[in-house]
Amino acid sequence: MAEWYQVLMAALVGAGVPEWIATAIALLVGVTAIGLVAPLIALILVWLLRKVISRIQDRIGPNRVGPFGLLQTIADIVKLLSKEGINPSRADFMAYNLAPILSVFGVLLLFAVVPVTRGLIGVDINVGVLYIVALGSIGIMAALMAGWGSNNKYALLSGFRVVAQLLSYEIPLVLSMLAVVLYAGTMRFGELAEQQGNFLGLGWYVFLMPGAALIFFVCALAESEQTPFDLLEAESELIAGFHIEYSGMRFAMFFLAQFLSGFVFAWVGAAMFLGGWQGPGVDLPGIGGFLAAGYMMIKTFAIYLLMIWVRGTFPRLRVDQMMSFCWKILVPLTVGLISWQMVVQVLDLPIPVIAVLVLVGNLLVMGIGLYAVGRAIRQEGFRTKRAFTPDSLIGTVQPVAE
Amino acid sequence: MNEVANTPQDFLPLLVIVVVALAVAGIVIVLSVLLGPRRELEAKSEAYESGIRPFADTRRRFPVQYYLIAVLFIIFDIEVVFLYPWATTLHNDALKKVSLAAMGVFMAVVVIGFVYEWRKGALDWD
Repeated sequence: MAEWYQVLMAALVGAGVPEWIATAIALLVGVTAIGLVAPLIALILVWLLRKVISRIQDRIGPNRVGPFGLLQTIADIVKLLSKEGINPSRADFMAYNLAPILSVFGVLLLFAVVPVTRGLIGVDINVGVLYIVALGSIGIMAALMAGWGSNNKYALLSGFRVVAQLLSYEIPLVLSMLAVVLYAGTMRFGELAEQQGNFLGLGWYVFLMPGAALIFFVCALAESEQTPFDLLEAESELIAGFHIEYSGMRFAMFFLAQFLSGFVFAWVGAAMFLGGWQGPGVDLPGIGGFLAAGYMMIKTFAIYLLMIWVRGTFPRLRVDQMMSFCWKILVPLTVGLISWQMVVQVLDLPIPVIAVLVLVGNLLVMGIGLYAVGRAIRQEGFRTKRAFTPDSLIGTVQPVAE
Repeated sequence: MNEVANTPQDFLPLLVIVVVALAVAGIVIVLSVLLGPRRELEAKSEAYESGIRPFADTRRRFPVQYYLIAVLFIIFDIEVVFLYPWATTLHNDALKKVSLAAMGVFMAVVVIGFVYEWRKGALDWD
């Protein structure tokens, strides 16, 4: 159990509160904090996404409501709350109405186990990573239910793609996380972060396992339905994907779940590969704890910004490219990586040698992966073309020459 | 290894979170039903098909590839469920040789199946 919980319990019991009431209060405080913080984070995430994408596209983005447009999302939510929720005729009532609830439910549950700092983890269970893996599937179920239940052909097509994309990419995602668990020997997020504290808090697993980290990032993009893997809601093909028939707040809930799942993946990635709360100076008395929490948030938002950057600049993949990339490149590579790592770790070698061998395996995986992608691109005959050549004035506002 | 006890009580907060998360999601839906207007029209509740009146049944036969992918996923997902608890036994000196052998056999079987499926063309998408 996390430390904050024990501190709160001790304080309450010390104040003369019976133990079972103290337990109940501590539980409710923690759970309410998680339940409220997650949607509040989403407000910032939506604003951040719109602002960054706007800048990438040479626009200003929201700037009217509140300072820097920060309150734009709240205004949007108020608007969406006052909209009518349409029940399509011949939709499957249960599946249609349960899907948005389930999608938010699944993401909120994930927030329970991600760490903030040492001793400040919602629930530091001993199977934290497995918990993330297991509950990540609830969102897939929700998308599938929405696609099937809407009685809309576009939504159904999107439901097929949910099966194809989200299910497929879950395998390399989970296997790349397994690489870390194999090396660390624990599934507890608190311990994973503690083990990355060598070298002044910079002994992060991303330096040891760059291949696994890269695969994790790519799969996190796919799992959170971000470009280049946004085939589920490809506007030009499927209009809005599986949530095409949803309006008002029910649509907003899919939106919320999508943002939060991207953020949770960034958070898990930061905790597993970027050292969690570790960094220079986290062991200092006094400010160390705040530094640690700050590091955790900075790392998470850094990964999230990277996701937005990819989202703003990459074109969408085709379905067959997306599927062969997963099953013919990522899955064999991760299975190979896991096999290599388990053999290396069972051999009775000194720890530095094991570390070097793991690193070699990861670099090999990265090399093979990048080579395979490059070959596929050459076979397809893609050429990168600059969108704006310096002498093209179309669609831009140019300063008048003096 | 860790002095923190692994008791079922550790999972009690998760049970509470399940209830709270469902409540949060449910309350938002109820709120939107209460606050939003309700003006039902026949045309409004029709499925959206780019402005054309919907025709034919939506739930019809679908390409078999999606089914194959789902079946393949189940196999790999089961493998993963075995792999995670196993991964922590690899740090136990008494167990690691045996567990490597056991998991090696299991993974070999899965990989042979995967290769067979690849050669059969189940992963081709056209």
